[in-house]
Amino acid sequence: MTAALEVAVTRHIGTFTLDVSFRVDSGTSVLFGPSGTGKSLTLALIAGLIRPDTGTISISGRVVTDCARRIDVTPQDRRIGMVFQDGLLLPHRSVIDNVALAVRQVKGRRARRTVARSWLERVGAAGLADRRPATLSGGQRQRVALARGLAGDPSLVLLDEPLSALDLEVRREMRAAIREVITSSGVPAVLVTHDAEEAEELGDVIIAYDDGRVTGTRPVARTESPERRDDDSHRTESA
Amino acid sequence: MKRKHSFWPTPSGRQKVAALVGVAVLGLGLGFGVAHLAAGYIAYWGVVSGPFLLTLRVASAAMLIAGVTGVAGGYLLAKGRFPGRGLLETVGSLPIILPPTVMGYYLLEVLSPGTRVGGLLTRVVGHTLIYNSAGCVIAAGVAAFPFCMRAARAAIEGVDPALELAARTMGMPEWRVALVVTLPLARRGIGAGLTIGSARALGEYGATLIVGGDIDGRTRTLSLAILDSFTTPERDTMILILVLMGAMAMTGVGLLARSPR
Amino acid sequence: MTTVVPRAWLNWLGIPPWVWNPLSVSLRAASEATIVVAVVGTALGYILATGRWPGRGAIETVCSLPMALPPTVVGYYLLTRLGGPGPIRTAEVDLLGHPLTFSFHGIVIAQIVESFPYCLRLSRAAISDVDPRLANTARVMGLTRARVALLVTLPLARRGIVAGVALAFGRALGDFGATMIISGSVPMATTMPIALYDAIIDGTHHQAMVLALVQLGVAFTILLGVSRLGRVRAW
Repeated sequence: MTAALEVAVTRHIGTFTLDVSFRVDSGTSVLFGPSGTGKSLTLALIAGLIRPDTGTISISGRVVTDCARRIDVTPQDRRIGMVFQDGLLLPHRSVIDNVALAVRQVKGRRARRTVARSWLERVGAAGLADRRPATLSGGQRQRVALARGLAGDPSLVLLDEPLSALDLEVRREMRAAIREVITSSGVPAVLVTHDAEEAEELGDVIIAYDDGRVTGTRPVARTESPERRDDDSHRTESA
Repeated sequence: MKRKHSFWPTPSGRQKVAALVGVAVLGLGLGFGVAHLAAGYIAYWGVVSGPFLLTLRVASAAMLIAGVTGVAGGYLLAKGRFPGRGLLETVGSLPIILPPTVMGYYLLEVLSPGTRVGGLLTRVVGHTLIYNSAGCVIAAGVAAFPFCMRAARAAIEGVDPALELAARTMGMPEWRVALVVTLPLARRGIGAGLTIGSARALGEYGATLIVGGDIDGRTRTLSLAILDSFTTPERDTMILILVLMGAMAMTGVGLLARSPR
Repeated sequence: MTTVVPRAWLNWLGIPPWVWNPLSVSLRAASEATIVVAVVGTALGYILATGRWPGRGAIETVCSLPMALPPTVVGYYLLTRLGGPGPIRTAEVDLLGHPLTFSFHGIVIAQIVESFPYCLRLSRAAISDVDPRLANTARVMGLTRARVALLVTLPLARRGIVAGVALAFGRALGDFGATMIISGSVPMATTMPIALYDAIIDGTHHQAMVLALVQLGVAFTILLGVSRLGRVRAW
């Protein structure tokens, strides 16, 4: 099976050196580690916003960066979705326009809006369609940002500390929502966070970062079964 | 937190009073001016209409050209390093302090069918570019261009690059990023540049005089006509018309630049 | 007509009178105008930049009017105000012995009016850009407002201020429309732009070429100097 993402790159910035190599097959991989260890830099490299010094990156089996062969696909051609820490929604367009702008698999304004609307429903933001980003709360904004990131039918979605700018309460609420939307969409995801709880709750695989290197990879043990929430009698303790 | 989206931002109490006073003064002044204008206009329609309509045509055409090229030039300067960048910057800024007669002189040199460049241009375009309204348009456009370009550049540089980055990850090609993100967010500054550019284009005198030749009916714009009829009664009417045109152009562009989508 | 540099030197350098006369008029008028503009413009720019009262924007807009108005309209306005009957004209005659219109000093006034906005706007922008915390710190250290301005704010804004003065000087040198109306192209008061216009009309191509080239060189040099002062914030 082709990997959703294969990364093997190095990059120097000042005195900092990033040297990482990992692979994502499916599901959500979390880049976890303290601040300043190169996690967001890795995302920027995957997205094509920055070029590595050496190495290769492939998305869904397609080489998008190869320093030796001088291959560097532009961010717009990489078929990725990106969710930023502060949303970065276009302030002068409505919510539905923001999401519709990301839709590229269909043509025509109405078709795009329909796709956008369905995504807004999936993230629980259907009622916000005609609002302006400046009028949204932090949690609402990130929901819209998530919808925008997924609406373009990407092969991979990147989330750069999507919940870090939110209040603790909102953050906890949003975790379940994010997890649900991403897993049900089936799109492989790479998520950056420095919050351990978040990493455990959102990830299928945790890739640990320290000082510009990957120090370990481990799968997340999931103890919950789908009916956990409503029916105690079906609950089984996992081994 | 639902907020009603109105065209104008809701004003505070003090601002309302100030606005009221301003409107009253403006109304009175405008009323006087319009009355005088109407009287003069009707009386001197024959003499005044020619320059007025000519100025209208020339300034509109000049602003179209200067606006588009100015924004394009400003975008290029804001965005990248390219060969000839320094040239664009300096040459594009020259008309700000270059004496209008000097500009007129060199424009005449470049556009005259007698010279090599001028001959080529004349053949390409199809008709001469001096001593007719085309020359006036060029003179006014050149005068307005640097203001449009500089303002556009500053405004475009002020747009948050992170938003452009986000748009790229959404799959938009560069030209769409410019059209959908950069330019709309820069519209205030661009509008200011167009405003002052149109003021320049309307009032252009020295270069228009030389390139156009002050030919009655053909190249005598309002600015020129005011001087030619300095001792005649039509002069005041022409001045009023020119000032009014300037005010309307500036308000119009200002409003356009301000409107939320 | 008196010149700053002795005629003999000019002849020796090969600079003909039809260049030097308008050049010296332009330089003298522009210098006088720029001195006034620099002082008043910077002072007003400082007041507008550091003040906190409403109406600041309005004052700047009103002072910027000459930039937006056609030069012929500005010239007309000055001519009627300075030359027409009234208290201003009587004051002029009392002070100078002759009215300002159609005279050297009338040109200076016209240039002051036309170039003032350039200096004002640029110095206001430059002073606004200075971190207000620096001025606050200085005040806390015990400096009076005047000393804060002279020792802290203005020196930090000097690049923008110098750029504004330079641009104003260039604008004064290059003024045509307003100068034309106020001076009426009297030989005593012919500036470079007007001399060029006369040369073009008269058909003396050689003179026109030289005059145009000199002015182009001056404008170019000023622009180069201004851009060296760093990225000047647009209006």
